[in-house]
Amino acid sequence: MMTFLSFFNYWVVIALMMIGFYCVIARGNMVKKIMGLNLFQTSVFILFISAGKVVGGSTPILRDGVEVYSNPLPHVLILTAIVVGVAITALGLALAVRIQEAYGSIEDDHLGDEDDDAELARMNREGR
Amino acid sequence: MNLLEWLPFIVLIPLISSGIVACLPGRFWPWAFTLLAALASAVIAALVLPEAMGSELSYPFGNWQPPIGIEYRVDAANAFVALLVAGMAALALPWAKASVDQEIPERQGAFYALFLMALAGLLGITLSGDAFNIFVFLEISSLATYAIIAHGRDRRALLAAFRYLIMGTVGATFLLIGIAFLYMMTGTLNLADMAERLPEVSDTRAVRAGLAFIIVGLGLKLALLPLHLWLPNAYTYAPHFVTVFLAGTATKVALYVMLRFIFTVFSPDYSFVVLPLSSVLMVLAVAGMFAGSWVAMFQDNIKRMLAYSSVAQVGYMVLGVSLVSAIGLTAAFLHLFNHALMKTALFMAVGCLAYRAGSLKIQSLQGCGREMPWTMTAFALAGLSIIGVPTTAGFISKWYLILAAVEAQSWWLVGLIVITSMMAVYYIWRVIEAAWMTERPEGATRLKEAPLSLLIPTWVLVALNFYFGIDTRLTVGASSAAAEALLGVPTGGLP
Amino acid sequence: MTDNGILRIIARFLIPFIMLFGLYIQFHGEYSPGGGFQAGIVVAAGWILFALIYGLKAGLEVIPEKAMYWLAAAGALIYALTGVASVLLGGRYLDFYAFEAFFNTPQAAQQFGIITVEFGVGLTVATVVMLIYTFFVRRKSEWDEVMRGSDAE
Repeated sequence: MMTFLSFFNYWVVIALMMIGFYCVIARGNMVKKIMGLNLFQTSVFILFISAGKVVGGSTPILRDGVEVYSNPLPHVLILTAIVVGVAITALGLALAVRIQEAYGSIEDDHLGDEDDDAELARMNREGR
Repeated sequence: MNLLEWLPFIVLIPLISSGIVACLPGRFWPWAFTLLAALASAVIAALVLPEAMGSELSYPFGNWQPPIGIEYRVDAANAFVALLVAGMAALALPWAKASVDQEIPERQGAFYALFLMALAGLLGITLSGDAFNIFVFLEISSLATYAIIAHGRDRRALLAAFRYLIMGTVGATFLLIGIAFLYMMTGTLNLADMAERLPEVSDTRAVRAGLAFIIVGLGLKLALLPLHLWLPNAYTYAPHFVTVFLAGTATKVALYVMLRFIFTVFSPDYSFVVLPLSSVLMVLAVAGMFAGSWVAMFQDNIKRMLAYSSVAQVGYMVLGVSLVSAIGLTAAFLHLFNHALMKTALFMAVGCLAYRAGSLKIQSLQGCGREMPWTMTAFALAGLSIIGVPTTAGFISKWYLILAAVEAQSWWLVGLIVITSMMAVYYIWRVIEAAWMTERPEGATRLKEAPLSLLIPTWVLVALNFYFGIDTRLTVGASSAAAEALLGVPTGGLP
Repeated sequence: MTDNGILRIIARFLIPFIMLFGLYIQFHGEYSPGGGFQAGIVVAAGWILFALIYGLKAGLEVIPEKAMYWLAAAGALIYALTGVASVLLGGRYLDFYAFEAFFNTPQAAQQFGIITVEFGVGLTVATVVMLIYTFFVRRKSEWDEVMRGSDAE
């Protein structure tokens, strides 16, 4: 039981990862897919940050009377990864908005099947 | 300043230029500036390649020495890939002007800025010697790629970009999980340092899981068979220039990173002996070769057909890797380079066709060979290269692949390579037959030949296909040097 | 929300402090927790609060969209060109000790380098977040339809 609890953060990671991944795969709605993707990424952030904790270590700010610091590197890396995640979310939502404008729906399952190349040709001619 | 000081500018020139290009107005200046940036980057990469042959260059950023600081570590393998990526960008950009003007009439500054960002990201992945840096550059290039794919005029481009975004992000996150495991076990992110520390901890589940996550994540980016689903749509509906550029570069860079992890970070003894990676990769590669070629044979849309052919070609490259021999790896690098040449030439020819014809369906192209002879001849000649006819670049890489298969005593692989080449004959022939052997249907609009600004770069690429099919000193030399650098042993002069 | 008196008054009271806090994080970033990313987000959050309550139009009068676009590119360029400057001074890319010629101590040179780079980061992050907000608010009407569409199914 104690070992189970001592890996608490990893259990959280696994649970979040599976929930997120399930959302990405099983949901047709694009906004829900992006939410799932966010959860999935967040779980990896927690995994990475868990690696930076040093038992008994304090926050990595230089000050008197502190000998053991936690490892700051994972935090810095994950800050970058969070920014990447924000960019992906923004781009994904922007694409979802454009898809809504083009198709009138953001349910991914059947979009695009009805298009054929004749329509592409017509759009190309109009675009010229 | 010696050459080493110029090394980071292979990546920095496109990266900095993208900030400037984003602010340039009009249609001419963004393109011209982009072309200059890509040329400069390609020239530096070309100068670095001979230096990197047989030795390792290391550039520490901010003069923080590795493994604490981030370094660019360049040997023959990544100098070769960097030259390929920068060179392909520089060759594709002269072609881009007319095509992009037609497809994306407005806000070209933003488009070219995104293109430069994708280029900088791909170059950064190849040069970086730091695992997390590789992830960040992978995401930079991927984000820019999703955005430029969405510029396609067909509305399905949006769907393709969105699905690529979902799959690509999952792949990149898998890579991040893998890197997290390796970082936990080794406490370092520097690839060379990681390689030194891994043997101590290599017999743990975390390290094995890390390698597996990295392979799957990169397999997604590489479009290895079961993970290739994003590729056909992304290539088909992206603007033609984007397809031209991506076909020659994006999957290649992912393959390079995979090789770097398999061979340099984990030793081949670990990747191929402890884990059954060789047989897994071989099965997937052969399946990819077959499935890709098979589906390509029945595609209506030429661009889609070539995209499935790309899935098959990725199979050839991975097959070379899975043979785990110096000559197999050389074949993989050769095919990486040669496939970039032939697919770029083919997609350029298709782009010329699309510039005049409204549709890219094979049926609607009947008889266009007579009306656009230069375009279709270029397509046919580049097609010969993808089939692997002697005197073309495609022959050289397939020849080395067959040599590697013979060396491994896998005669059945030789048979498979020949059979899939026959399938390539069939799908290229379908286009040739429609273009030259059938009459133009009644009432079809007459097509004009594509403008010279599109034809000249296309023919340059076609000529390169034949040049590298005859003079193989550069490609074979660089490929075997790259294989040597990855394996860490001299290959001792290949046949 | 533009006509809610309480929100307007409280926002008017809060926004200066948010901005000030953003600047504090920005300029203390080199030796305490903080830096460009966080400061940029805080400043952008202040602006977004303003735009939420007073409307996007008023927000864009504070900083026009064109200016955001240019500043975003400029911030990235500040970062990159600081690195180029250190190369021109004979160091490696982003080697701030190369600036020592202008300062008395190497620490001052490092501090100058980090503050410049972080300023570029802060500028880009703030403007890009504002841009993302602006683009999405413009499409609010479409979003309403998205929500209605998914409810119907």
